[in-house]
Amino acid sequence: MIRFTNASLEYARGTVALHDVNLFIARREFVFLTGPSGAGKSTLLKCIYMDERPDSGEVKVGATSSLTATRTDVAKLRRKTGIVFQDFRLLEDRTVEQNVAFALEVIGAPRNTIAGKVSRVLTQVGLASKTTALPRELSGGEQQRVAIARALVNDPFVLIADEPTGNLDDRATRGIFQLLRDISASGTAVVMATHNLDLVRRSDYRTIELTHGEIVFDSASIAAPTGVALLDDDAGMTEAVL
Amino acid sequence: MSLATREALVSFRRAPLLSALSITTIAFSLFAFGLFGLVVLNIRQALETVSERVEIRAFAYDGTDSRSVAAAVAEISAYPEVLRADVILPQEALERARREMGEFKDVFESAFLPTAIEVRLKPGYRDPDAVQRVAGKMGAFAFVEDVRYGEDWINQLHRIRNIAGATGMVLGLAFAIVAVIIIGATIRMAMMARAREIEIMRLVGATDGFIRRPFLIEGAIKGTVGGALALGLTWFATSVIERYLSFDTVFFDTRLAVAGVIAGAVIGLAGSMVSVSRQLRQA
Repeated sequence: MIRFTNASLEYARGTVALHDVNLFIARREFVFLTGPSGAGKSTLLKCIYMDERPDSGEVKVGATSSLTATRTDVAKLRRKTGIVFQDFRLLEDRTVEQNVAFALEVIGAPRNTIAGKVSRVLTQVGLASKTTALPRELSGGEQQRVAIARALVNDPFVLIADEPTGNLDDRATRGIFQLLRDISASGTAVVMATHNLDLVRRSDYRTIELTHGEIVFDSASIAAPTGVALLDDDAGMTEAVL
Repeated sequence: MSLATREALVSFRRAPLLSALSITTIAFSLFAFGLFGLVVLNIRQALETVSERVEIRAFAYDGTDSRSVAAAVAEISAYPEVLRADVILPQEALERARREMGEFKDVFESAFLPTAIEVRLKPGYRDPDAVQRVAGKMGAFAFVEDVRYGEDWINQLHRIRNIAGATGMVLGLAFAIVAVIIIGATIRMAMMARAREIEIMRLVGATDGFIRRPFLIEGAIKGTVGGALALGLTWFATSVIERYLSFDTVFFDTRLAVAGVIAGAVIGLAGSMVSVSRQLRQA
């Protein structure tokens, strides 16, 4: 479903963001992306929704190839990829349901279908009682749920989450992670970049570690993982997590 | 109402100060454009009035048969350039000379003045070439002794009209470009103010065309409102000038006034288009 083939990307001033990345993510898979800051996690995610394209190699998401996709192709791809960020990126002057409905309105969804879809997805993320609240009236965890609802409302085949719990306390983090697990269980692939190694430890999902734009570890390539070294960004030390 | 129109209208509510600033800026740049247009219009009107006085006179030899003159007048009247051709008999010429040059009224005698054919040209044919062409044809009649049409004066008038027209075009274009740039800048500010919204639109799969639409509508609305305001300001300025400076001025007729407001909308649209395309290319 998502395939990176010898994908390399260098930013201006020579910063290597991705180096010869080869990767396949299957439908319904849950994948953690870990690694220190600047390792290339966000760039890899951006390549999936084609906000960035590799200088060499190819990224293929569904039928959309980074080599041939036009701006319209990219727009169509994004209608089927939900994207969630650490800073929520909500419209502050619109209510919860307007924020979610916005994702449907801008792609020209039939107006009579919008209310039903919005209601369903807000129930799914546990915000059915907060539809008329403004983002500033919500907690961080709730705001992230709104962002997830917006990402889900178009029934994406993959949910891309870039540090979705980075701004949340432990309790909210657990809630959001559980929600992402439920989403994955219902058939949507989830690719989540995180620094939170506790989350990685507590689950047995596939983990890919990046350093300097290179994949240095992929749990899927180990038949029976017994121990994996992951770099703890804050402490600057390796930690056995599996 | 479509989402694009709703978004365009909502932007006025969300950022009223910025919208008011944009419309005011557009109104004043179009006001400058309008004032200049009015100056050009009045100059053209004045020149048109002057050019109505362009006339060609052919003087007949003494003793020319009046039937020959009448036949010539009929022929000249049929020229495409000619508005009217009249015979001026000596007696009539004398009366006119006495009227126009009172201090010489005792000097003239009708016998001293020849019969003449006086020709006025249609608008659009009052340029040196047409005047010369008609004068040449009039001079070809056998009974015509001399043809006069104030060559220098006509050339001068034509030059002034050309200069006024060219200056009008160049300055008008300059004002229009300034208006486009100003509107583009205000739309750019509006886009920056809505950068988060545009970013989200892109993330959820809106096409460039969809993102562009509300801004184009916003630009067109701002241009139209700005154009209407500019028209009002121009009318007010004209009234003040007429009242306090006792000038007789010509104002835009309905057709020109509507064209001015439409031009405002087009300029607004053009400014938005330039700005939005640039912004989307950078994104």
